[in-house]
Amino acid sequence: MEASLKPPDGLASPLPAGAGRPLLRLSASALLAVLLAGALLLSVTQGAVQLSVAQIGAILLERLGFGVDVAYTTIQANVLLNVRLPRVVLALLVGCGMAAAGAAMQALFRNPLADPGIVGVSSGAALGAVAWIVLAGKIAWLGALSGWLGSYAQPAAAFVGGVLASWLIYRLARLAIADGQTLMLLLAGIAFSALAGAATGLLTYIADDQQLRSITFWTMGSLGGAGWAEIRTLAVFILPATAGLLMLARLLDALLLGEDVAGHLGFDLARVRPLLVMLVAVLVGASVAMTGMIGFIGLMAPHIARLWMGPGHVRLLPAAAMTGALLLVCADMAARTVAAPAEVPVGLITALLGGPFFLALLSGRLGAR
Amino acid sequence: MLEAHQAGFSVHGRRLLTGVDFRLVPGECVALMGPNGAGKSTLLKLLSGELHPQPGEVVLNGRPMRTWTMRARARVRAVLPQHLDLAFPFTAFEVALLGRTPHHSGAPGRTDRERVRELLALLDVAHLAERPYTRLSGGERARVQLARVFAQIWDDCGPGGRYLLLDEPTAPLDIAHQLALMERLAEVAGRGIGVLMIVHDLNLAAAHCDRIALLRDGRLLHDGAPREVLTAERLRETFDVDAVIMPHPRHDRPWIAFHAHGPTAASTD
Repeated sequence: MEASLKPPDGLASPLPAGAGRPLLRLSASALLAVLLAGALLLSVTQGAVQLSVAQIGAILLERLGFGVDVAYTTIQANVLLNVRLPRVVLALLVGCGMAAAGAAMQALFRNPLADPGIVGVSSGAALGAVAWIVLAGKIAWLGALSGWLGSYAQPAAAFVGGVLASWLIYRLARLAIADGQTLMLLLAGIAFSALAGAATGLLTYIADDQQLRSITFWTMGSLGGAGWAEIRTLAVFILPATAGLLMLARLLDALLLGEDVAGHLGFDLARVRPLLVMLVAVLVGASVAMTGMIGFIGLMAPHIARLWMGPGHVRLLPAAAMTGALLLVCADMAARTVAAPAEVPVGLITALLGGPFFLALLSGRLGAR
Repeated sequence: MLEAHQAGFSVHGRRLLTGVDFRLVPGECVALMGPNGAGKSTLLKLLSGELHPQPGEVVLNGRPMRTWTMRARARVRAVLPQHLDLAFPFTAFEVALLGRTPHHSGAPGRTDRERVRELLALLDVAHLAERPYTRLSGGERARVQLARVFAQIWDDCGPGGRYLLLDEPTAPLDIAHQLALMERLAEVAGRGIGVLMIVHDLNLAAAHCDRIALLRDGRLLHDGAPREVLTAERLRETFDVDAVIMPHPRHDRPWIAFHAHGPTAASTD
């Protein structure tokens, strides 16, 4: 019932059905797009090698075949095209994927606290990826399979881990539908994260040095080190899965009223629920495989987007995806600049933002209840 | 017609329903009554297709319930569950619009919106359309949900009857809105929709329903017109209460007064 961030009734009620809101939504979406574009551009200019906006424009236009009379060095072009641009695009994709996954999970669990990290799906995906790194080096046929899958191997392993985790936690949380779910879901998430963490820890004992370095990267979360090949792989997973969720928007709407009501309204849950869990696991698995565990984006972005878009998923999902991208691009920019030339793990920044956000939701001030 | 044939249902070896034969005909308004734990909600869930009877069969418009797709089923029968909450603040209008889901492919059209506005007005909640549902009172929410289920089956779409199943729709309403609801439900039945509701108020059912079905311990004890079913003897058998049946002062339906059932009970009429 508490919702101190909402306008009081007197402001909302005199409007005839649907009159003022489309304009608000449109201008908010436009603002969000502008902010996102600005953040992307700003992020690309930050770093040890100086790059001006004009130079960025020139380098990009040059690549498209237009000559522009702005001077830049090959080092600058190299840094932009092979380091900074892949990095912001990665942040964009992962932020978008995590936010879409978070919005879907909040509807599936009917719980404003659901998030891939909190619920334990990220831990499952990380365990899948780590297990693959270690075991592919130990077991011959797994190694052969890994070689055959190429850059898809780790996303696939993380995806399998994410699916198993989502399904398990979903089953556990459903046991407690009668008593409000919230607590049960969180406890199931904590228990599962602890288990997955322990298993990941065990794997580090049998890993060699090279593998250990990859594992550390996964558990800390980082946007560094990705090239265009990895981004192409990630896009193959994230874009179709996000589009898939968008096609299930009406189901997500109906789920907000409960699974029984969704059934009464004609959704065959036995058929579409596994699809929904799969799509979430694809988004989380692929993101975690590329960047490790970056928490709280999936929690924050849907809530922020819901403030002006309302809970309807047709509008919410794209807005949440854009918000998630904006959040992660900004968090990454902060991670690279606050302690420059050193780089703070981006997961630290998102946790710094997300932790208080989560506590505020728990205390019900932001919660849409 | 919506029928249950020898329908039974058990959970963990406990029998909730045994050999229930029941039919709901389009256009009639039926009350399903009985003491707590009699199996009323279970029967409602069997008839809605949410649960499948074992043994027995539920038949919707001449076809076994199992052979219907969920979507086709949703176009001809709507269900109002007893407990409903909403995790995120849809507006009242958006909640009611969800009732049109089985009729559009993805995006609600203008007719869907118009229908929902009409029904919100019919249920006296048009002025709440743009308010967040989560901030409405219990009675207001109940009426918005009614608009949702009405919207789901309001329009005739093909041959065969339509049905509305409600689990204690009057519970959150004050007496004026209870009476208004019963009138609305009679109108709904008048549109050729079969209405089945679980209610606890015998007088409300007696005054407004065409038929009353009495359930106890998972068995259908009596099923018929109010005058026929509501006798002192049958009420004692079903509810363990003593009742005095009188003619209602304003109309020709029965009127019932109760007192607790016991060895020293004075009059049993």
